[in-house]
Amino acid sequence: MSFLVVNGLEKRFGSVEVLKGIDISVPRGGFLVLVGPSGCGKSTLLNTIAGLETVTAGEILIDGVRVNELHPSKRDIAMVFQSYALYPNMNVAKNMSFGMEMRGVPKAERQQVVARVASMLQIEDLLERKPSQLSGGQRQRVAMGRALVRDPKIFLFDEPLSNLDAKLRVEMRTEIQKLHQRLGTTIVYVTHDQIEAMTLATVIAVLKDGVLQQVGTPAEIYNTPANIFVADFMGSPSMNLVPARLDRANGVLVVSLKRADGSTTVLPLHRPSAAAEAFVGRDVILGLRPESIDDAPAAAPDDGAQRHPLEAHVEVTQPTGADTLAMIRLGGREAVARLRAETGARAGERCTFMVDMSKAVLFDPETEQRL
Amino acid sequence: MSFAVERGRYLRGWAQQALPRLVLAPSFAAIVLFVYGFIVFTVYLSFTDSRILPKFNIIGFENYEKLFGLRHWSTAVENLVIFGGLYIAICTVIGLTLAILLDQKIRSEGVLRPLYLYPMALSFIVTGTAWKWFLDPGIGLEQTLQSWGWASFEFDWIKSRQMAIYTIVIAAVWQTSGFVMAIFLAGLRGIDNEIIKAAQIDGASNLKLYARIIIPQLRPAFLSAFVVLAHMAIKSYDLVVALTGGGPGRATEMPATFMYSYTFTRNQMGIGAGSAVIMLMMVAAVIVPYLYAELREPRRGR
Amino acid sequence: MAASAVETAVRTGRLTRALIYAALLVFAVYYLLPLFVMMVNSFKELDEIRGGNMLALPELVTIAPWIKAWNQAQIGVQPTGLAPYFLNSIKMVVPAVVISTLLGALNGYVLTKWRFRGDTLLFALMLFACFIPFQIVLIPMARVLGFLGIAGTTWGLVLVHVVYGLGFTTLFFRNYYAAFPTELVKAAQIDGANFLQIFYRILLPSSGPIIVVTVIWQFTSIWNDFLFGASFSDFDSQPMTVALNNLVSSSTGVKEYNVHFAGAILAAIPTLLVYVVAGRYFVRGLMAGAVKG
Repeated sequence: MSFLVVNGLEKRFGSVEVLKGIDISVPRGGFLVLVGPSGCGKSTLLNTIAGLETVTAGEILIDGVRVNELHPSKRDIAMVFQSYALYPNMNVAKNMSFGMEMRGVPKAERQQVVARVASMLQIEDLLERKPSQLSGGQRQRVAMGRALVRDPKIFLFDEPLSNLDAKLRVEMRTEIQKLHQRLGTTIVYVTHDQIEAMTLATVIAVLKDGVLQQVGTPAEIYNTPANIFVADFMGSPSMNLVPARLDRANGVLVVSLKRADGSTTVLPLHRPSAAAEAFVGRDVILGLRPESIDDAPAAAPDDGAQRHPLEAHVEVTQPTGADTLAMIRLGGREAVARLRAETGARAGERCTFMVDMSKAVLFDPETEQRL
Repeated sequence: MSFAVERGRYLRGWAQQALPRLVLAPSFAAIVLFVYGFIVFTVYLSFTDSRILPKFNIIGFENYEKLFGLRHWSTAVENLVIFGGLYIAICTVIGLTLAILLDQKIRSEGVLRPLYLYPMALSFIVTGTAWKWFLDPGIGLEQTLQSWGWASFEFDWIKSRQMAIYTIVIAAVWQTSGFVMAIFLAGLRGIDNEIIKAAQIDGASNLKLYARIIIPQLRPAFLSAFVVLAHMAIKSYDLVVALTGGGPGRATEMPATFMYSYTFTRNQMGIGAGSAVIMLMMVAAVIVPYLYAELREPRRGR
Repeated sequence: MAASAVETAVRTGRLTRALIYAALLVFAVYYLLPLFVMMVNSFKELDEIRGGNMLALPELVTIAPWIKAWNQAQIGVQPTGLAPYFLNSIKMVVPAVVISTLLGALNGYVLTKWRFRGDTLLFALMLFACFIPFQIVLIPMARVLGFLGIAGTTWGLVLVHVVYGLGFTTLFFRNYYAAFPTELVKAAQIDGANFLQIFYRILLPSSGPIIVVTVIWQFTSIWNDFLFGASFSDFDSQPMTVALNNLVSSSTGVKEYNVHFAGAILAAIPTLLVYVVAGRYFVRGLMAGAVKG
C-alpha cells in the first residue's frame, strides 16, 4: 500500500515546463530521495508535495487522500529547508513551537512537546538562544526539531545538509538515518549529492530536465542504471562508458574494444539480456564501474566475479588512502580503475588489470537506454 | 449543509489568495489616480483655454505655441540648461574628488563624512536663506572681505541679471555635492581590491590607476548621480524661491517657478499646464530609460 | 552606506597625504561655513551684523532674535512667530510618515513574497511616481482636495505626502524584503501562519533597520517640503518651511537678519537632529533612493 503517490504530475511556470509527468509512489515508512543535477526540477517537485507550489496537472495523494487543493499547513507535513529557514526574531523554543501556536495548541502542551523533541535532539541548552547565536550544525538540529514537533505524516527535506562542512555532513547524515529508523516516518529528501542518495534512500528517483529517469532501490540504480545519464550521475568516480562493438564469438556474446595501436581487446559478456541479442554486429556503449577494473592478485576470493585480463596504459594514479584510482586508456577513452592501495601500477607503465564482466552493462549509443 | 461548509472553505481560500492584491490595491489605486490620472488631466488642460479655473474647450496646441513664444519661458529653459549643466558637472567633479580623497584610508573619515553630507538634511528654504545673505554684497562675503582690507573685492552676482543664475548653482552645489560624494564612495568601496593590486604589480602609477582602472569601474555610480542630479535640477523650485525669488527681474526664472507663477498668480492655467507637461517629458527622458534598465530582470523560475 | 566595506588598496606617499588632508579640511570649512555664519549671527544684535564681520563671534550675545523668531515675529498678518507653524509641521509629518511607512511595508511584502503576473510593471509605475515633477499634479490636486473638503487643511497635506511618498517607501521595503529569505515565508506557511501573521510575526520583527531608514527619509522630505506646503495650505495650516519663507522674504520693514537666521535654524533643527542621531541610516536612505538594492 503506497503512502505517498505522485501521479502524472506536471508543472509549468509560464511557458517553461519544469516537471513533465512524474509518477512515483512510496510505501509507508519509506525514504524517498529525489536526486539530480541543479535545475532538474527536484526542488519544485518537493515544493508541490509540500503545497508551496501549485501543480499544473496530475495529482498528489498522501495516505490515500488527494491533497492538491490543501494548504501546506493542512497536509500534515513538516519541512526542513536548505537554509534551515529559522525565524531570526524568535528563539529556538519559539521557532519550534510557532507551528503549534498557529494551530492553537495550548501552551502547556507546546512546552511539553518542545522539551521532548529538544531532549531527543540534545538541544535542550539551546532553547533560549536566537538562531544567529547558533553554529551551522546547531541550526540544522533546530530545523529538524521544528519538523519533529509536528509529528507529521511525511517529512520533507530540501538539501538539508548542503550548507554544512564535509565532516558535519557525514555526522548529520547518520543522525537522519537513525531518526528515520527510530520514528519510521515517511521521508522525501532532495539532494544533488549522490552519496547522500545512496546511503539514505530506500527508494531513489533520478530526475533530469523535469523527466523522471529511473526509480528504484539504491542497488538497482547503481548496478542497473536505466540509461547513460543515470549511470554517469550516480557513483563517484562515475561509471566508465566506453564505445565498443557487440559480436558473437564461439556462441557467446563478446564486446570488442579498440586499442590505440589498432588491435582489439575482446571481453565476453555474462548473462546478456534479450535486448542485447538484437545489437550483435553493432556499436554499443559498455558501462563498467571503476571497481570492476582492478589489479586483484591472481588468487582472488570466490565472489561470483567473472574476471578477465586486460592490458592498458596507466596515465596517472591517484592514491585516496583506502584505495588507488588509476586513469587508464580503454577503447580510446580515458577510464578509471579502482585498485588496491598497495598497487604496483605506476603512471606511464603498461599493466594488466582484471575486468569483472559480471557487473558490466550495455547501452544503446543512440537512445542512451540500457540494453 | 456540506455544500455550505465547502463554500465557506472555498471563500476563505479565495480571500487568502486575494488578500495580497487587496492589500496592494489602495496604494495602487492612489498612484493610478493621483499620479497617472492627474498627469492625464494636466495634459488635457494644456490643450484647453483654462485661465483662472479649468475649462474644457479644446484649443489644440495653442498653449504650447504661446509657451514657446514667451520670452519668460525661453529664459526659464535657458536657465535650466545653464543651471542643470553646471550643477551636474560641478557636483560630479566635487563629489568624485571628495570620494577619492576620502577613500585614502583617512583616519578622521568618520568625522569628515557627516560634515560633507549634512546640508542634504536641510530644507532648500534654509539653504536659500543662508546663501542669500552670504552672497548679499552689502552684508555678506563682499562686505566681510572688504572690511578685512581687500577693498577692491566685489561679489555682487546675486544682484546681477547676468550672473544671478550662477549663485543658484553655488548654493545647490553646496547642498548636494556631499551626497554625490556618498554615491561615489560607495562605488569605490565596491571595487575589488585584487584588481587594484594587480594594476599596481603591473606598474600603474596612482594617477593611471584611477584614470584607467578605478574611475571606469564607477559607471553605475556616475549613472546614479546623473539621474538624481538631473531630476533634482528639473524639479528645483524651493531654492530659486528662497534665494532669488526668480529675480532680479525674472533673470533666474526656471521652468518650475514659471509653471507656478503662470498657473496660480498670472491665471494662465492652460500655459502653466503646458509647461508642467514639458517638465514631465524632460524628467521622463532621464528616468524612464534608467528605471527600465534597473528593473529589467531575468525571468524567474527554473 | 558601505562604510564597513574593505578599504582601498591604493597607497599614497607622505606629501600626497598631507595635501589630501589639506584639501579635505578646506572642503569641511566650505560645508560648515554657512551653518556657522547663521549660528553666530543669530546671537548678534542687528547693528552688530550690519557694521561688523559676519565671521566674528558676537560681541554681545543675545537670545532676543531666537525668542522673536519663535513667538513674536510677524508672519503673514499676525505676530505669532514660527511656533504655531512648527506645530503645524509636526501635525502633518507624524501621521504622513506613519501611514506611508506602513503602506510601504505592506506593499514591499506583497511585491516580493506574494508575486503575481505584472508585479514588476506595477512597481515600475509606483517608482516612476517618485520622480515626476510635482508641478504636473498641482492643478488637479488642488481641485481634488477641494472636492474632498480638505483643501487648506493639515489632513489635505497628509494625504498629499502619503500619496507621493508611497513610491519611495515601497521601494525601500521591496529592496529590503527581496533579500529576506523566501524560505522563511514557506516555513511559516507550513507552520500554518496566514498572510498577515507571516507579515507581523516573521517579517516585521526583522524590519527594524529599514523602518528606521524609511521613517528618516519620509520625515526629512516631508518636513523639508515647500512646494506642496505653499500650494495646498491656508494661513493656519502652513508648515514651517512656508512660514520661514514668508518671514525671510517679507518686504515690509527692516530686514532682521538675526531673526531670519534663528528662524532658519529652528526650521532645520528637527532634520539636523535626526541626521546627527541617525546619520548612517539617513545616508543609507538617500543611497537606497538613488541606487537600487
